[in-house]
Amino acid sequence: MTETLKPRDGAEVEQAIKWAVAGGKTLEIVGRGSKRRIGRAAQWDMTLDLSGLSAVTLYEPAELVLSAKAGTPLAEIETLLAANGQELAFEPMDYGPLLGGAAGAATIGGVLSSNLSGPRRIKAGAARDHFLGVSAVSGRGETFKSGGRVVKNVTGYDLCKLLAGSWGTLAAMTDVTVKTLPRAETEQTILVLGLDDAAVGELMTAVMGSFADASAAAHVPAAPALRIAETAAAGDAVTAFRLEGVVPSVSHRKAVLEGVAARYGSIGTLDEASSRAFWRAVRDVAPFAASGSAGARDLWRISTAPSHGAEIGRALIQQAAAETLYDWAGGLVWAALPPSDDAGAGLVRSTVANKGGHATLIRAPAALRAAVDVFEPEAPALAALSRRVRESFDPRGVLNPGRIWVGV
Amino acid sequence: MTVAMPKPDATVLARRAEIVAALKRIVPGEGVIASEEAMRPYESDGLTAYRELPMVVVLPEKTEQVSAVLAYCHRERVKVVPRGAGTSLSGGALPLGDGVLLGMAKFKRIRAIDFENRAAVVEPGVTNLAVSQAVDHAGFYYAPDPSSQIACTIGGNVAENSGGVHCLKYGVTTNNVLGCELVLMNGEVLRLGGRHFDAAGYDFLGVITGSEGLLGVITEVTVRILKKPESARAALIGFTASEDAGECVARIIGAGIIPGGMEMMDRPAIKAAEEFVHAGYPLDVEALLIVELDGPRAEVDHLLDRVQDIARSCGAVTCRASNSEDERLLFWAGRKAAFPAVGRISPDYYCMDGTIPRAQLPLVLRRMQEMSAKYELRVANVFHAGDGNLHPLILYDANKSGELERAEQFGADILRLCVEVGGVLTGEHGVGVEKRDLMPAMFSEDDLNQQQRLKCAFDENGLLNPGKVFPTLHRCAELGRMHVHAGQMPFPDLPRF
Repeated sequence: MTETLKPRDGAEVEQAIKWAVAGGKTLEIVGRGSKRRIGRAAQWDMTLDLSGLSAVTLYEPAELVLSAKAGTPLAEIETLLAANGQELAFEPMDYGPLLGGAAGAATIGGVLSSNLSGPRRIKAGAARDHFLGVSAVSGRGETFKSGGRVVKNVTGYDLCKLLAGSWGTLAAMTDVTVKTLPRAETEQTILVLGLDDAAVGELMTAVMGSFADASAAAHVPAAPALRIAETAAAGDAVTAFRLEGVVPSVSHRKAVLEGVAARYGSIGTLDEASSRAFWRAVRDVAPFAASGSAGARDLWRISTAPSHGAEIGRALIQQAAAETLYDWAGGLVWAALPPSDDAGAGLVRSTVANKGGHATLIRAPAALRAAVDVFEPEAPALAALSRRVRESFDPRGVLNPGRIWVGV
Repeated sequence: MTVAMPKPDATVLARRAEIVAALKRIVPGEGVIASEEAMRPYESDGLTAYRELPMVVVLPEKTEQVSAVLAYCHRERVKVVPRGAGTSLSGGALPLGDGVLLGMAKFKRIRAIDFENRAAVVEPGVTNLAVSQAVDHAGFYYAPDPSSQIACTIGGNVAENSGGVHCLKYGVTTNNVLGCELVLMNGEVLRLGGRHFDAAGYDFLGVITGSEGLLGVITEVTVRILKKPESARAALIGFTASEDAGECVARIIGAGIIPGGMEMMDRPAIKAAEEFVHAGYPLDVEALLIVELDGPRAEVDHLLDRVQDIARSCGAVTCRASNSEDERLLFWAGRKAAFPAVGRISPDYYCMDGTIPRAQLPLVLRRMQEMSAKYELRVANVFHAGDGNLHPLILYDANKSGELERAEQFGADILRLCVEVGGVLTGEHGVGVEKRDLMPAMFSEDDLNQQQRLKCAFDENGLLNPGKVFPTLHRCAELGRMHVHAGQMPFPDLPRF
């Protein structure tokens, strides 16, 4: 078993990385490990466990700002925000159950390192859009900071953006600052039942171009819809739109949305509590959870232009018997493929390349994640830039080498 | 002019004729400007205190030309300064005497409008406002709206990560771009993002945005377009103390309300604006708030009532809600004309741009008054109150000996104060030349070195817009060196498992 180093503060993180640099060791960077199975399966000499860096260090609700040590549990932050009527608007998903782990084990550093977001991505942005400031230790063993604690800041390069989604390959974050936002006073979800692909696409475009101002828009085909408690009774595919805001606004926009949707199919409504539960299930892709009936399938996450999601899904259904689920008004496709020699990589990559976007192999056996590209391969000039940027932070390849791409 | 630019390279200047000829082969016709008279309009940007004639101006029209110009300059070690409309307030497009000024003004086509995916693909020379105008017929708009939106270009907006008065609710440029085509200094052309969300690998689009033209030249941008709000109303709220206005802003946000716009003006700014546009601003108040709500009418009316209740509970002495579109626009007219209004009461003014944690506003305003007395210069303040972005306008007369220098020192003191209270040097105007030498007030040497190492990954010879953002330029080889001390694990106490 790999030896683990568990620093207690930023200074010890710096010491640990300096030591690894000097000794030519590689480090796996983890928080509480909820996303450990995402990425290329690679070997590291030691594990650098940042879960010991855990505390909310600043929270000023009226300033919409929160700072925490990187290993602080997300659940702790979400509880604190909820007590003040606030939330992380990007609605970070919980990968735990999808990967066969426990729910609620994410850390704020992990959320930012993987640039997580949920259904509200289409309205509020991703983790990157709420990441205001960072202190981190580079693969050179040097502590640096970027950004600040204010929401509007263009002083120097925005390294927060670069660290968001870098999967710990550039630096080990020690302290982070995020923007918080008020939680909506209420929410409701409108369901349109039993639509086919073509109708879904048309309806999504109509709703997203209307005054309904939906904060989430998803399409759940019949099979996965049966595995979500709130939609199981429908017995059919559901196309769902979430309306959030103050009461008079939600009821007004509900009428707007129903006006747009009426001619497409029969309409149902989820009240506040059911709506919250439903979107949590969509956020966490619960119908494809490791413990469920699709649990043995290899799982892809595809980001594409909203109008292309259905076509990509259809190709994967027809050619590989995929099960699919669509979030982000069609722009996020979750595709669960029956086990195969390449996890469906050849088909998925060529299908996505035709339409534009990128695909990530989220769940597959370790042997496959070592053999096929987990993240979208890059064109040569872009790949060369990625390598140079990686080297500008971590010239010796100490931090999570090989997690995103071979040799990076 | 107190900030020193890199010394011109005599060997490059000696080859000027040869370089101009080579550039003319890449961009034929009138795309290369080399006469002093014709280059004069390019000698400065919106920060007019700084001027420098470029060695030559090049106005390419195609990505291949941009790529060829950069590849040539990379090979020949010639510096390049990119420029959009030249509206930068921080000197980001200030030319270099031994450098090529690469003007992107001819890239002004809108390439695609995609309502289905709520995106527009535009060339970087398209103005900010033109994007909104191009999608207006379908009820859409592009959200970031810097004050210079009639003139400033999308390429410049991306380079500076521009904001505007609506960014608390709708975000700044970085939150509203989906993709771009980027040319690196070595001439390589990259495509980042597209009409989908989030990067496949490292978020280069995120780091290009706000990089002030130091990392690459943008030749195409894909932006998000949003449905225009159904309605909007504003409230005009006056307070006899800036503390009360600050408290009102905090309580509005504390009540869970994120207004479409929330602006504050201090007494000198109110007076100047009112005398200029007669918007009906109260003249007996220390602070004036404009709070705008947008969305469905039912929501706007509901929230505007709550905002007015909060305002009264914070001691507002005037509180008026707009009852027509004309009235709403009148409320804004004064704020939008604040800069020219101040321009009427002073021969010159210097516009600053710091961000502070909002709660620090009363302290910052008080300290600014002390500085005003010390430097014997007046100051008027407009403030994006929702996000803490402060624009002090320092009034001076460039024809009076020493006033410009005093204004610059006053401005630098204000920005140091912003950092001291937990804020930053620039909220939306950029570091450029103007704030370059203040960077150490906010960043350590390690912080700045890591930023420059990133620059090296994009531009190994430091040829793209040098002299901006970083106070000290290091060679990439020097920055890349590592001092490694081999030995025992230096922390026997660190828990190991």
